[in-house]
Amino acid sequence: MKQFSYIIKDEIGLHARPAGLLAKEAKKYQSTVTLSCKGKSAAASKLMAIMGMGVKHGDNVEVTIEGADEDTAAAELQKFFRENL
Amino acid sequence: MEKYIGKSVYKGTAIGPVSVLKKKDSLVKRIHIDNTAEELKRLDAAKERTMTQLGQLYEKALQEVGEVNAAIFEVHQMMLEDDDYQDAIHSMIQNEEVNAEYAVAVTGDNFAEMFANMDDEYMQARSADVRDISNRLVRNLSGEEQIDWSTMEPSIIVADDLTPSETVQMDKSKILAFVTVHGSTNSHTAILARMMNIPALIGVPLELEKIHNGTRAIVDGREAVFYLDPEEEQIRQAEAAQQTEQRLRSLLAEYKGRESVTKSGRKVNVYANIGSVSDVAYVLENDAEGIGLFRSEFLYLGRDSLPDETEQFNAYRQVLQMMAGKKVIIRTLDIGADKNVDYLGLGKEDNPAMGYRAIRICLEQPEIFKTQLRALLRAAKYGTLAIMYPMVISVEEVLDIQKIVAEVAKELEEEKLPYAIPEQGIMIETPAAVMMSEELAEHVDFFSIGTNDLTQYTLAIDRQNNRLDRFYNPHHEAVLRMIQMTVDGAHKHGKWVGICGELGADTTLTTRFVQMGIDELSVAPSMVLNVRSKICEME
Repeated sequence: MKQFSYIIKDEIGLHARPAGLLAKEAKKYQSTVTLSCKGKSAAASKLMAIMGMGVKHGDNVEVTIEGADEDTAAAELQKFFRENL
Repeated sequence: MEKYIGKSVYKGTAIGPVSVLKKKDSLVKRIHIDNTAEELKRLDAAKERTMTQLGQLYEKALQEVGEVNAAIFEVHQMMLEDDDYQDAIHSMIQNEEVNAEYAVAVTGDNFAEMFANMDDEYMQARSADVRDISNRLVRNLSGEEQIDWSTMEPSIIVADDLTPSETVQMDKSKILAFVTVHGSTNSHTAILARMMNIPALIGVPLELEKIHNGTRAIVDGREAVFYLDPEEEQIRQAEAAQQTEQRLRSLLAEYKGRESVTKSGRKVNVYANIGSVSDVAYVLENDAEGIGLFRSEFLYLGRDSLPDETEQFNAYRQVLQMMAGKKVIIRTLDIGADKNVDYLGLGKEDNPAMGYRAIRICLEQPEIFKTQLRALLRAAKYGTLAIMYPMVISVEEVLDIQKIVAEVAKELEEEKLPYAIPEQGIMIETPAAVMMSEELAEHVDFFSIGTNDLTQYTLAIDRQNNRLDRFYNPHHEAVLRMIQMTVDGAHKHGKWVGICGELGADTTLTTRFVQMGIDELSVAPSMVLNVRSKICEME
C-alpha cells in the first residue's frame, strides 16, 4: 500500500474538471485509488462521489493506492495532483 | 409597462421581442419492463448518442467561448460515464424492472439533490449540470426533438432556467439577451453569457405563462432591470445606452492591450481610481496599467469600530495579487471633512474642509496610522505597492511620517514578520504643497495631484454651492499653473508626478497635461481607454 497527502491549491477546490481528469487518471491503473478528506472517502475513479466530498481550497487530501502497480501509480498521481490541483 | 428587477450577469443593454422558452412537459412515466436486458441495450445506445452530442457541443463551444469554458461539456461526458451514476440506473432497471427513462430521471434527481444540498455555492450550481445530462439522456431515449432555432427571430430569450447545453446550442445571432427566473451567477450559463457578451439577467421574478411571445422588452444589464412592454422614453434611453456600449466596445477593440504612448514616443501611465476590492474587476476589464488611487476609506466607513491589521492586510494583499505585479497606489486614511466616521468621535467642526482630517488625524493619533502602515508594509511583499499620504502641506509632516514608518518597520523586523518598504509619495492638494513642491520632492518618491481639493483651495470655491457656478471654472488658469509648478518641482529632483483628481479624466486637457510633463493620469476605470486613445493620437 502506498499513501501520500496533498493540500489543495486550486481556488475553487476539487471542482468538476480536475475531478473528471482525476477519475480518468485513476482508471489507468490496476490499483484501487482512494481519496479521503474530512472523514469522508471515495474511490478516485468515481467523479460524482469525489465531487460530493466537497473538497475545498486548503483542505488536506489523503490518497491511498493499493494494488500490483501501486509504485508507478503513486508517483504518477502525485505528479497529477501537483500539476492540476 | 411592467418592470422587474433581477441580478445582472452581463452588463449590457438589449431591446427586442421576447421569446419564451417553455419546457416541454418533462414528466417521465414509470412503465413496467419485462425484458430488462433489451432495456439496458436501449440505454447504452442512448448513452452513446448522448456522448456524441456532448462531443459536438464541446467542439461548438470551443469555437465560440474557448477551451476553459467549453470544458464543461467534457465534464458532462465524464459525469455521464460516472460509475455510480451508471450503476444506479442499471440496477434500477434490473431490480425494479422499470423503463430506462424513469430510471435516468430518478437517478438524475437523486444526484442533483446531493449537489444542491452541499454547503458550497460552486457545488450547488453543479446540480444543474446533472439535470442537464439526465434530461438529455431521457430525450435521447424517448427520441424527442430538440428546439428548432433556424426559424426564430432575433429575440430576448426568457426561460425558467437554462442549462449549459441549451445556452451553447442556441444560434448566437438569434439571441439579444437571456432572462431567467432561476439560476445562479456561478452557473455555467452565467459564465457563458459573460463570455459571449450577451446581456443576461437571472433571478427575475416573472410568471412565464403570462408572457406572450413577441412582446417588446428591454434588458438593462447595468441596473439589472427587465422592462416588459416599455414606454417610448425607456426605449430611447436604452438605445442611447446601446450606442455608448458600442462606442466602448470599439474603443476596447482598438486600444485594449496597447501602451499609452504619444506618436513622438512619450509614455504616460494611465491608471485607474478605485474605492473597493471588487472594483479591481473593472480595472482589469478596462485594461488600466495600474491603480493610481486606491481609497482605503472603504475599510473604515460603514461600520462601528476600526478595522484591525489582519483585515486590512488581507484586503491590500488581495488587490496586489489580483493586479499581478502592476502598480497599486494605496492612499492612507483620508477621512474627516465630508467623510465622517462616528466611532472616531471627531466631533463637528465649523469648517471641516480646513479641519482635522486625513494625515492630520494620522499624525495626531499614530496608533490608527501604525495599524494601517503595518498592514501596508506586510502586503508590500505581494506585488508592486506604493503608499500615498493625503493632505500633506509641509516637509516637517513628511519627516514625521518617515519616522513612524521607520518605527513600524523596526517592529515588524523584531516580530520577524515579512515586510517591504514600498515607494512612498504624497498628494498635492493645497496651494501650500504646490509652493513647497520643490522641497517636498526631495523627500518623497512621487506626487499625485488631487485636483478636486486643489481647485477648491486655490479658487476658494465650494463646488457643492450652486450659487457659485458662474465663478467656477474647472480649467482656471491658476489651477493649471499650480499643476505646472508641481510638475517642475518634482522633475527637478527626478521624481514622477501624476493626477488622480477628476481633472485627470477631462480629455480636453489630456494633451495639455502631457505637454506639461505629467507622467501619470489616474482616472475612473471606464475612462481609461478614452484617455489612452487621446494620448495615442497626440504628437
